[in-house]
Amino acid sequence: MRDTGVPGTGEALGGLRAGDIRAPEPSAAASERPGKHPLVWLETNTCHGDILSALNGRHPDFGAVLRELLDIYWTNTLMGAKGHQAVAVLEKVVVERAGEYILVVEGTVPTAAGGRYAYVGLRGNGEPWTAWDAVVELAAAARHVVAVGSCAAWGLPFGAHPNPTGSKPVSAVVDRPVINVPGCPAHPDWILGTLAHLVWYGVPELDALNRPVVFYGETIHNLCQRRHYFESGIFAEEVGEPWCLYKIGCKGPVTYADCPSRQWCGEHLNWPVGANTPCIGCTSPEFLERTAPFFEHLPDVRLPGVRVGADRIGVGAGLAAALGIGLHLAGKLLTGRLQKEWGKSLGKAGKTFRLKRK
Amino acid sequence: MAADAEKGQKIVINPTTRTVGASQIEARVEGGRVIHARCGATVFRGFELILRDRDPRDAAYITQRICGICPTAHAVAASFAVEDLAGVRPPHNGNLLRNLIFAGDMLQNHIRHFYLFAVPDYVRLPELRPLVPPPTTDYRLPRAKNERLVDSYFQAVDVSRKAYEINALLGGKAPHPHGIIPGGSSVPVTAITVLNLLSIVKSIQKFIEERMLPDVHTLAEHYPDYFEIGVRGADFLSFGLFPLDPETSEDYFPGAAVIDGRMEAVDLGEITEHLRYSHFDGEEAAHPARGETRPDPDKPGGYSWCKAPRYRGRALEGGPLAQLWARGDYRRGVSVMDRLIARSLISREVAVLMRKWLTALIPGEPVFNRYRVPESGAGVGLTGAMRGGVGHWLEVEGGRIKHYQIITPTAWNFSPHDDQGGLGPVEEALIGTPVADAEKPVEIARVLHSFDPCMSCVAHVIVLDEKEKGGQSPIFQGR
Ligand code: SF4
Repeated sequence: MRDTGVPGTGEALGGLRAGDIRAPEPSAAASERPGKHPLVWLETNTCHGDILSALNGRHPDFGAVLRELLDIYWTNTLMGAKGHQAVAVLEKVVVERAGEYILVVEGTVPTAAGGRYAYVGLRGNGEPWTAWDAVVELAAAARHVVAVGSCAAWGLPFGAHPNPTGSKPVSAVVDRPVINVPGCPAHPDWILGTLAHLVWYGVPELDALNRPVVFYGETIHNLCQRRHYFESGIFAEEVGEPWCLYKIGCKGPVTYADCPSRQWCGEHLNWPVGANTPCIGCTSPEFLERTAPFFEHLPDVRLPGVRVGADRIGVGAGLAAALGIGLHLAGKLLTGRLQKEWGKSLGKAGKTFRLKRK
Repeated sequence: MAADAEKGQKIVINPTTRTVGASQIEARVEGGRVIHARCGATVFRGFELILRDRDPRDAAYITQRICGICPTAHAVAASFAVEDLAGVRPPHNGNLLRNLIFAGDMLQNHIRHFYLFAVPDYVRLPELRPLVPPPTTDYRLPRAKNERLVDSYFQAVDVSRKAYEINALLGGKAPHPHGIIPGGSSVPVTAITVLNLLSIVKSIQKFIEERMLPDVHTLAEHYPDYFEIGVRGADFLSFGLFPLDPETSEDYFPGAAVIDGRMEAVDLGEITEHLRYSHFDGEEAAHPARGETRPDPDKPGGYSWCKAPRYRGRALEGGPLAQLWARGDYRRGVSVMDRLIARSLISREVAVLMRKWLTALIPGEPVFNRYRVPESGAGVGLTGAMRGGVGHWLEVEGGRIKHYQIITPTAWNFSPHDDQGGLGPVEEALIGTPVADAEKPVEIARVLHSFDPCMSCVAHVIVLDEKEKGGQSPIFQGR
């Protein structure tokens, strides 16, 4: 382990596996400012599941994170101050630690009604500060912007059709790269591992959707303990059965995350398929909108000129095609290119590219 | 009362912090005491609309996403609603497993609430951001006791994670576990699961008995005035919590409406939701099953994204104090300290119950009953969340959700004024609260935090008019 100059980090690192820290490249952050790294954790329109998930980290625990790794200026959920004393902290950090702090956003960014569907507080001048304005302003001065949870990364599930609040992902409202750490919620290791990498080594290796490859580089399906049942065609008929859950809706084949090997909570105990329930694809940009119905199996993939039947997925060849299309499609949707190309045909959620409903 | 809204010094706290979700309190202070208060939720989502046209079986997973700190309460209520619709009940094991997952979540919530949300208002925490700047200078604990509370604060993070291990073991992950589904649960009972869980529950119970209860006692000892602050009448609502047996409708914590200290059976027909001071178009109070709501951020007089639910016109309080009151287990009084004490007492009670349920599980017996979702029909699911009663009203047509309505506990506790100008429970409790320093009105925060309000829960309670259904999925909107 390389010396980070941060006292006690060796111990704090106890729970992170060696493979979690990849492609070390010397970063200004680590060498110029040893010690704790400034961070703002901004809750927008969220259920707060991600900050609670971060608290479920085991090695290091929350106390060690505060003492040794992160200097958290703001989190509505935990901070001591309130009201204008609290907002003053935020207004100060954006000036005094400009270019240094990591901005974590948890939640969607509502843009309907001028952003008035979510506030972070009242500014020093008494004006309401919308979450939208706060994200834009704080992102502009941040060293890195991290979207934690599927809300911040993809704008979902709160932005699901018909998206009453005009919710958008962070990447759609800021004019700079955003590192996406999706999940509903994100696993404590995905959150803390990404932040540790940013603090010590800079930006980790990212995939086409700006997710750290180390956590999201493989599909659930490729890591799944039940893969042999899938290959042998042994499928569960009902939740609670110990076989492959594909036929009752498992979205593992099209979902990128390491849940099967990492497992959940601080003790790495279990994961949804381990609990005999199908993966619902919560890390996927298609979460909820196209991974529901959760208990129905994967869709026929229909695009202009392409048709891949879900029933063919089981025989192998179709699977690769479906997955390739899924990823490619998601990437294009996020950048908005696809809408320009096929805007009309994909206009409304759930119309052209939708799950087979009985 | 209305005249008081203009008198005295105005204090505005926004954000209130250490609540789940964003909120604002506006208080009028005269002669060093609060004479008027308005509490508003400052976020809005629109969940019920998102549920429309979806598979009813998905509701237990989708509605969990309303709240990261009490997801299982919504999963339980949604499962009850679908079971009511489909005419199915879980088997004995399935019922106990769901109780266990829900109870595990309840323990992490109560422990996190007390230490992470409430304690910083009373205890001098270390000079570490985000715990500093501190909310007050009114710290009264002697050094040694303060140290002990600080130690408990950090232990509490670890213990609430342990409570979540129950959710991971039986539900796959946490928060938002998968194990609570209509028809029962999904993890088969084995001796090793029972052994693991018993060990976890015992260690949490030990923390509650050796730390949480004495720590609450310490606060009560040094802040005895908080038995006289945050006071209101004995007006409570509990929908019942933890079915004893899937075949009967008996709950371990029974449902009741308490009005002026008098208990009665809950009559759902007595519930109306008022809109006058909410950011919603319309003036008519209505039953939740009929209520129409259109968001209007500019509504004159509106100050909250929360409607004002009333039971026979009364603002009823929910939460551990209400749940214990309805069971006859606690009757000392209604104040900040009583709420904190009740939260610690119910935590111990829940841990004891969990050990009972664990020993009642039978390996090899089924955990799930098959069912079919009917083409059409309706169902209601009621349970007691960590902050009070939660109700899900479900209507299905063509096998899809046609209408979904949720009343959350925080909608009751944190509700704004009603049509008659009557105050919501938190607002009522704030009246008379002393404020020593208008710059740092920690007393107001202590009253607020005693209710454990959750704006994430309250902020979704909305059904939109067709014309408001603007926008599409954000991934289609590009930049
Ligand atoms: S379909 Fe799901 S359960 Fe089956 S092997 Fe793939 S990931 Fe595992």
